[in-house]
Amino acid sequence: MEICRREDKLEISELDPFLAELLRQIPASANPEGTPTAEQRLFSPPAGPREREICAEWKLYVQPELRRLFRTATETVAADLEQLSGNEKTFANRTLRIPAKHADAWLSALNQARLVIAAKYNFTDGELCDHYRSPIGSRRDLSLFQVNFYGFLQEFILREVIDCPGKNSD
Amino acid sequence: MSWQPRRGSAEVAQSERSEGAISISNQNANPATVEAPVIEQETRSEEDLDLPWQVIVHNDPVNLMSYVTMVFQRVFGYPREKAERHMLEVHHKGRSILWSGMRERAELYVQQLHGYLLLATLEKIG
Repeated sequence: MEICRREDKLEISELDPFLAELLRQIPASANPEGTPTAEQRLFSPPAGPREREICAEWKLYVQPELRRLFRTATETVAADLEQLSGNEKTFANRTLRIPAKHADAWLSALNQARLVIAAKYNFTDGELCDHYRSPIGSRRDLSLFQVNFYGFLQEFILREVIDCPGKNSD
Repeated sequence: MSWQPRRGSAEVAQSERSEGAISISNQNANPATVEAPVIEQETRSEEDLDLPWQVIVHNDPVNLMSYVTMVFQRVFGYPREKAERHMLEVHHKGRSILWSGMRERAELYVQQLHGYLLLATLEKIG
């Protein structure tokens, strides 16, 4: 896989089927439904339990807005990922092009996915800091790899798009 | 994102404007005799006093350090060095106080931080 910035786009090329599948799983992985710990993490309370009024109003007014915000981000990412739909054997020749103006949506969707997966598997700090863990021998290992892979993409987006908004490279 | 007004926000805003206000009226004054001024002092409930609140960000092993720094820069307008200082405080001490002031603004900051998926809360000082 190669990832680079070209003018107003991020390009991810030479995708192997495994990484392409991980990319395609971003929107689904970001969905906390059915995992209470993930739901609690994405929609954490804004204050301590003594501030009942604040927490009640937050649930009523803010949470629906946050849900909308998060859903909009994952929908944007899902639309970009349409480029990867089709026969997985042809992924090797595919290039995923992400418009720079979608960078915030990607950062949000990747973050949602990482938080949901981490909450689902209750990863420890040690596991999350172990970036060289290998090989992938279980579903848990795979999920940890997924969290790290999404983190790598976030770092790239932050460096190439957010920190250097006008940067062009060819 | 927009923040729905909470109940009584208008009243709070009004009390902020009149905070500490003591109106002094000098009624029926004339050049020859000056009566003692009538002092009217507003009474305010404890809630109206609206003690300062603080916005706290809590440690989270999933969020990237560079991402958290970017969020602090965006939400609070902090320069990179200050944002990094707060990020490191969150990382090493488990939490950092990012801002303190009136409740409504604190709520707005916490809402923005949650929009970026950070663990943030507001707490009353004292």
